[in-house]
Amino acid sequence: MKKSTKSKAQPADRKSLSYRLAKDWSMNKWKYIMILPVVIYLILFCYKPMYGLVIAFKNYKLTRGIDGSPWVSPWYYWFQNFFEDPYFWRLIKNTFVLSGLTILFGFPAPIILALLLNEIKSNKFKRVVQTITYMPYFISMVVMCSIIKIFCQQNGLFSTIVEAFGGTGQNYLMNGAYFPLIYVLSDIWQGIGWNSIIYLAALTSIDQQLYEAAKVDGANRWQLMTHVTLPGLMPTIVVMFILRMGNIVNIGYEKILLLYNPSIYNVSDVISTYIYRLSFPTSGMPLYSKATAIGLFNSLINVVFLLFTNWLSKKTTESSLF
Amino acid sequence: MAKNKNKNNNHQIHESAGSRTFDVVNVFIMLFLCVVTLYPMWYILCASFSNNAYVSAHPGTILWPHGFTAGSYMLAFTHPLLISGYANTLIVLLVSLPINMLLTIFAGYFWASKNVMLKKPFVIMIMITMFFNAGMIPNYLNVRSLGLYNSLWSLILPGALSVFDTIICRTAIEGIPHSLVESAYLDGANDLKIVFKIIMPLIKPTLAVLLLYYGVGHWNAWFNASIYIKDNDRLPIQNIMRSILIANSNLLNSAGADTDQVDMFADTIKYSTIILTTVPVLCVYPFLQKYFVKGIMVGAVKE
Repeated sequence: MKKSTKSKAQPADRKSLSYRLAKDWSMNKWKYIMILPVVIYLILFCYKPMYGLVIAFKNYKLTRGIDGSPWVSPWYYWFQNFFEDPYFWRLIKNTFVLSGLTILFGFPAPIILALLLNEIKSNKFKRVVQTITYMPYFISMVVMCSIIKIFCQQNGLFSTIVEAFGGTGQNYLMNGAYFPLIYVLSDIWQGIGWNSIIYLAALTSIDQQLYEAAKVDGANRWQLMTHVTLPGLMPTIVVMFILRMGNIVNIGYEKILLLYNPSIYNVSDVISTYIYRLSFPTSGMPLYSKATAIGLFNSLINVVFLLFTNWLSKKTTESSLF
Repeated sequence: MAKNKNKNNNHQIHESAGSRTFDVVNVFIMLFLCVVTLYPMWYILCASFSNNAYVSAHPGTILWPHGFTAGSYMLAFTHPLLISGYANTLIVLLVSLPINMLLTIFAGYFWASKNVMLKKPFVIMIMITMFFNAGMIPNYLNVRSLGLYNSLWSLILPGALSVFDTIICRTAIEGIPHSLVESAYLDGANDLKIVFKIIMPLIKPTLAVLLLYYGVGHWNAWFNASIYIKDNDRLPIQNIMRSILIANSNLLNSAGADTDQVDMFADTIKYSTIILTTVPVLCVYPFLQKYFVKGIMVGAVKE
């Protein structure tokens, strides 16, 4: 059935568009019917909200709706308002500092874990370690943040440890100096095992003959790691790094929302948490239009970073997203 | 050359002691990692069975249940807000998963199919949503305008399709030999039949992982409910936990519950709810562990 229509496809190409569409419909009717609910979903929940972005250029009033609200003048009013916001530089700084630190320390951690796991001789022990280190990935953000909160209390675990070594404990979540450390360490705790999966998978695809050859040449274990294993992992590392860089502004704001408090806003408040507070303030009027404008600004930075890293990845590794 | 080899050999004999030391150190590093990972869960388990006053005085430093009691669990099973929390999460999960899976499989099958004239525009339409999201407020206003505000549907419908998971599904379907699908066509089966009778049984491991991803996502989600849901008795369990654990609110006292009971287990109830929400997930993932690689590989090194 399928074959016969295919062989006739050649002359059909020269026929009119409507004929080809009709032919396509008769062949792929069910495929189009299957994609219909997906398209309805995309329109209702992804593209319709995109239309709502116009309120970034309006003075949105809940009572007048999106279309009824007046336009602002100049059209960039809310963007200018954000750039002149006293918190603007603080938000930019915090977003990039927290994101940068997470990449600097969080990115190499799973690679190191994969390399160390690779050196474990007992397969059973290795599997147990893997299963255990995957666990935090499945713990919800609310649970993880409450654990952090409990441990950071004045008389909590961290204070107890510090006091055992002669220091003085404190509530570490009230002291801004510790926030980046808490943020990055908890990130590593939650992701180290899960993120090592990809590197462990890449390790199995390294040619075993390379190891044999290196051993014949008298390489020791350290040399095997630096001269065979690491170069074998390099393509994966590069791809993962580029993907991570393309996501730099997408900081885990859920965690910050759960952990921060006004006394450490100066180091923990990032663009997305500011958007949240403008939209759902504990007191006063929500600034929907300004929040939308900042969100749009955030998305645009993201797209720029993505296009840039995609271009970079095309040039250097010949693998790209699009 | 011979000299060089000799030198290396000496080097290796010298190294073997170092090599053994490394093995020992390595095992200790792994054990340390396991302890650091497991300790918080162990502490919570012990605290949940401990005496409330003792737990309040020792946040983070309980190695064994102190004054063993399961009272906080009894409270967790009888408190109306906790019951409604678990019920709401379960409803969202049970209604969402079939929708998630159907949309993902349909989109993945369409994406993997060949000789479809209008494939490209639809695929681009799906791809764009992976890179560009309207943002918090436009999504919020959309949920309100569709009349989903303060309804569990607001937690089910937005985000019903993950593009990333669709790509995983597409790649799995592309791995199926085309001759199988072709022969089914010849037997007169339509695409719908092919998806349910041929494709789905063949990609079971992938579907299991996708089910886990979606399931854990719904089970652990709290943010959308915090802005889309107004009534306490419609909140999922994660949001109830957020109120009592993070914000230290007295939410549990305000829901017509037995306040004496709530006061008696004010701290330990936090720990038993954590155990009750976390353990189900922790029991599932080890069984799917061997399939994880498949899902992640596809996402990172696609095309």
